[in-house]
Amino acid sequence: MLNKLENSESLMMIFAPERVPEFPLLLADLKLDFAAIAPSLPFILTGLWVTLQFTLISLFFGFIWGTILALFKISSFKPLYWFGMAYTSIFRGVPLLVTLSVIYFATPQLTGFNIQPLQAGVLTFSLNAGAYVSEVIRAGILAVDRGQTEAAMSLGVTYKPMMLDIILPQAVKNILPALVNETIALLKDSSLVSTIGAQDLLRRAQIVGAQKYVYFEPLLIVGLVYYAMVMVLTLAAHALERRLHRSS
Amino acid sequence: MSVSDHGQQQEVAIAVDRLYKSFGSLKVLREITTEIHRGEVVAIIGPSGCGKSTFLRCLNLLEKPTSGKIYIDGTDITAPGVDVMKMRQNVGMVFQHFHLFPHMTVLQNVMYAPVKVKQLPKAVAAEKAQQLLARVGLAEKADVYPSKLSGGQKQRVAIARALAMEPKAMLFDEPTSALDPEMVKEVLDVIKAVSLTGMTMAIVTHEMGFAREVAHRIFFLDGGKVAEDAPPSEFFTQPKSDRAQQFLEKVL
Ligand SMILES: Nc1ncnc2c1ncn2[C@@H]1O[C@H](COP(=O)(O)OP(=O)(O)O)[C@@H](O)[C@H]1O
Ligand SMILES: [Mg+2]
Repeated sequence: MLNKLENSESLMMIFAPERVPEFPLLLADLKLDFAAIAPSLPFILTGLWVTLQFTLISLFFGFIWGTILALFKISSFKPLYWFGMAYTSIFRGVPLLVTLSVIYFATPQLTGFNIQPLQAGVLTFSLNAGAYVSEVIRAGILAVDRGQTEAAMSLGVTYKPMMLDIILPQAVKNILPALVNETIALLKDSSLVSTIGAQDLLRRAQIVGAQKYVYFEPLLIVGLVYYAMVMVLTLAAHALERRLHRSS
Repeated sequence: MSVSDHGQQQEVAIAVDRLYKSFGSLKVLREITTEIHRGEVVAIIGPSGCGKSTFLRCLNLLEKPTSGKIYIDGTDITAPGVDVMKMRQNVGMVFQHFHLFPHMTVLQNVMYAPVKVKQLPKAVAAEKAQQLLARVGLAEKADVYPSKLSGGQKQRVAIARALAMEPKAMLFDEPTSALDPEMVKEVLDVIKAVSLTGMTMAIVTHEMGFAREVAHRIFFLDGGKVAEDAPPSEFFTQPKSDRAQQFLEKVL
């Protein structure tokens, strides 16, 4: 962490033009000490696995739940429609940290079940991802030309094969880019599980910081790790999009 | 079949009994009662917005009638509990904008429903699809995607796709209205060829020459009713109502 005095000095340097330092000088002023946390690096990076676990499991269940919710929301059966709409509205309107806390702290009180941080996190993120993914899928399905449904119906194709073979394959193209955005959001939001004690990337950075009294370096490292993962996802999404465009 | 000999066939394929259809407060169809006989070709004409599409779409229940009954081969398809999907297998439809499945090849488009709906073995369905494509003159396009086809070719594939279900009747909703003029004929020729196989057909069209040549009967829709129902020779030369007269003056 920056020492207060040094910090104000560097600020002054910035505002006093005749004393503008060279960039390396400024970096040196930060007195970054990566050597001190180098031994803790494996400990921090193990959190990557924890973070990915949260993200991928939640994505998996969120996608299934989101697909079901999306079908509810395009259903002409009103109770299903209203359920899907109300559900989404609630998960959009309540901060994720609140939902997570409710599920983690209130579940033992309400049900007597001693829920683990991993379970609480996955449950929260799945339920939350379901809400957002359902919006993405719903929009993707509605963007498919109504004529496709009518053509299928006029051939006597029933609802399920029509959805699976005709509508959803076309909706995927509309859905995929937005789905990657949801995955990125989920990956970043997964850092919230650090607040309930799950040892993800962020939590581990905080632990190391507290042990070694160096806070900035571990946080810088996990920040970069998150950023790198998001970049990889973004690039993969672009590549996928290009492929989908070519095939159509 | 020619216009002169169809009169002997009196078996009713499609019967419509006091059909009403409203969208909210907009009354589009106000009591349509008519019969279409097996092998008969009916051209449905009338000014834009008069309910031609709505009428056609009621016949395979893409629109749900507000009231009234529709019989296909004697079965009331508006009765509760009727297997609508089963009925639709017997009533093919061709749309103005084709609605081919863009993510399937031409062959897959044609064989999809026979395989999925009729559970035809893939090889059999593919063989049949190839024959149908040959019939509409597109045998060599089997493996391309619809986006590579011209409008006229797309519509011919759509006709093959509908025929693949071996329907007993076919509905065409302005099959050539979305086409460039030079492609209209190739599609009309295919439709005419289908009509010559004795298929029962209802065709919404603005192609008066075609209606005159191919149809056995003309329905002139006006005010939500079949205002005139006459053989083309009669309708085009001496329309009974002023409205039909005005309409013909505009389009001919
Ligand atoms: N799904 C619908 N909802 C509301 N109004 C409709 C719908 N479909 C058609 N209409 C209205 O019904 C009338 C008849 O439409 P349509 O059958 O398409 O006419 P046509 O095919 O003769 O041009 C028009 O006024 C149209 O706006
Ligand atoms: Mg129309």
